[in-house]
Amino acid sequence: MARIKLTKVPFAGTPEQEAALNAKLDELKSVPGGLMPALQFAQELYGYLPIEVQTKIAQALGMSLEEVFGVATFYSQFTLSPRGQYQVSVCMGTACYVKGAGDLVDALKAKFGIESGECTDDGKFSLIETRCIGCCGLAPVLTVNANVYGKVTTNQLDGIVSEYK
Amino acid sequence: MEIKMVNLKINGQAVSVPEGTTILDAAKVAGIKIPTLCYLRDINAIGACRVCVVEVKGARSLVAACVYPVNEGMEVITNSAKVIEARKTTVELILSDHDKNCLSCVRNQNCELQRLSEELGCDAKRFGGAVNEFELDASTPYIVRDNNKCVLCRRCVAACKNYQGLSIIGANSRGFNTHIGASFDFDLNDVPCVGCGQCISVCPVGALHEKEEIDDVIAALQDKSKYVIIATAPSVRVGLGEEFGYPIGTNVEGKMVTAMRKMGFNAVFDVNMTADLTIMEEGTEFLSRLNNGGVLPMMTSCSPAWIKFVEHNYPEMIPNLSSCKSPQQMFGAICKTYYAEKMGIDPKDMIVVSVMPCTAKKFEKGREYQNAAGVPDIDITLTTRELAKLIKRYGLIFNELEDGQFDAPLGIASTAGLLFGATGGVMEAALRTLADVLEGKSLDNIDYTAVRGTKGIKEATVTLAGKEVKVAVASGLANAKELMEKIKKGEADYHFIEIMSCPGGCVNGGGQPIKSAYERNNYDIKALRAGAIYDADKSASLRKSHENPVVKEIYETYLGEPNSHKAHEILHTKYVARKKY
Repeated sequence: MARIKLTKVPFAGTPEQEAALNAKLDELKSVPGGLMPALQFAQELYGYLPIEVQTKIAQALGMSLEEVFGVATFYSQFTLSPRGQYQVSVCMGTACYVKGAGDLVDALKAKFGIESGECTDDGKFSLIETRCIGCCGLAPVLTVNANVYGKVTTNQLDGIVSEYK
Repeated sequence: MEIKMVNLKINGQAVSVPEGTTILDAAKVAGIKIPTLCYLRDINAIGACRVCVVEVKGARSLVAACVYPVNEGMEVITNSAKVIEARKTTVELILSDHDKNCLSCVRNQNCELQRLSEELGCDAKRFGGAVNEFELDASTPYIVRDNNKCVLCRRCVAACKNYQGLSIIGANSRGFNTHIGASFDFDLNDVPCVGCGQCISVCPVGALHEKEEIDDVIAALQDKSKYVIIATAPSVRVGLGEEFGYPIGTNVEGKMVTAMRKMGFNAVFDVNMTADLTIMEEGTEFLSRLNNGGVLPMMTSCSPAWIKFVEHNYPEMIPNLSSCKSPQQMFGAICKTYYAEKMGIDPKDMIVVSVMPCTAKKFEKGREYQNAAGVPDIDITLTTRELAKLIKRYGLIFNELEDGQFDAPLGIASTAGLLFGATGGVMEAALRTLADVLEGKSLDNIDYTAVRGTKGIKEATVTLAGKEVKVAVASGLANAKELMEKIKKGEADYHFIEIMSCPGGCVNGGGQPIKSAYERNNYDIKALRAGAIYDADKSASLRKSHENPVVKEIYETYLGEPNSHKAHEILHTKYVARKKY
């Protein structure tokens, strides 16, 4: 395990999000154990926990940035990477897995140059592995946002991805 | 309230201890040692490493002695085959993901993991498998972090949080990927670390150490075109002996001086001398602030980690900091101005080596506004530990050396300067001089015991020539933070505050000899080392900074008077606001 990889996608929080976060932090700053609910709220609000957001939380709760970061990297419910404009989700349910979903994941990682759970530096694509999405007849399945692709092979991936350029 | 006693048996031996005592402490009372790794009294009782497991009759599984409280009738076995095997396996598992390059490790022969492995008869290669690999973090001029050696005990995390109130480092990620790091895994140089080195002092292994400058000293001593000066801080002499087997709290000043002289330094001086000079400058600055409506409370500026702490966390209080350079920096500055002129040496041909109980001093020497002669005041800074290594490398038999004396003139110092090593010492030294100056006579009663002792925060009101002066002394930045918050809220009206970053002051600095958890848990190391300082002061004849003849001469022949224009140029500095987040 080397260093935790940090996203290069520029932070694009809106003033509305900031106002909502500030209001929540105001409410939580005197609550013991307020860090978890603060992180959960922020994760819900922004979809991920970039340094700009964690810094805000640390300042508001009077903690060091490392205290926040330690918790944010401990729990798998939090992510440091934003969701891409297009989220590619590969089903890793049993049926898809035995039909080669693992190969799809490996090929997509190589294609995007990212790990699962991460986002490309241009903010375009993110990659996640999901549990069974309930259409085992189409295995292996991947989705790009709301679009479903069934019986996918690795050599179809370039074509699928190019639809979203 | 009556303390309820609890009776139990440990290894069949009856023992009675107060309710709430842990099995670990009860065993100590019974004269039984239970090995530990992650446990550190007062700051890290987390039962994480499982090295201290013991059998408790009736318990479902082995329990961690460091956190398990005793109860009436309990029967504990600390050394059954089951216990020993469990500890052995635990340590072997830790070793399975540990860089076992012990021979080249900075902590070779002073490593708690090595000792445990030996005591438990571990097979270091029993478990193969995945091994974490980390880059070295050598980004700062003071601390090197090597996570390949880290055992995840979290003692460094606890020191940073509890002693210093900082939490710069912590555990990141989880499971096998867990590693100690700063926020966002940034390099230490990119976060508000203050460089105190307390993390190094508590590390059981070689995962944290100072950035060594030993080779620079050896090279300097080989270069015959250079005039190489060495000088030691007050605390070094009461710590160094521990590296050569002397009991904690032994003053080895004489042998230390001889060792340095035998290594071939052109001059062996004492930073206590410029501690005296600091008192003249800082005392005068204080009186001027007090009488002319300057910014109060004035805060001392000797501790470089404290300065960096203020710059990161309380930049609005920078005007409260004394503008005086620290004794280390004043020392280099005086060497390269006054002494260079006196000796007819070009300051560019001088190399000034300081020996400090401190890692932050390595940062301080590279700060801006620390170059009185146009070159850095200090060239090389060693910790006490590095000096010990250097002595060993030079093949000197330390314990057999005769006592020597520091060279004149910059080795002549009062014991007020020596007090700088212990919390409250700078304040006491200042009060000794301020009282005399304000009363206009030499006072005999100069023991300011209210500011002595290892308590985290001390307060006193001192009457100086009829004027009441409120002083406060804090050591450990967590305590300093508490004081700062009080001042910010307007709940305190001190005039003069002394802060030392490390608990107990410099005697317990991050550059001092490393003591094992067992020693830390069972001896008051800072008090023992400070004791050696106060003992030396008690029997000394020169106990006030302003009576130091060299100080007088420097003012008469060179600087004019304290806080003169020239003194400001040479002995004072500036600070910068830094980011906290």
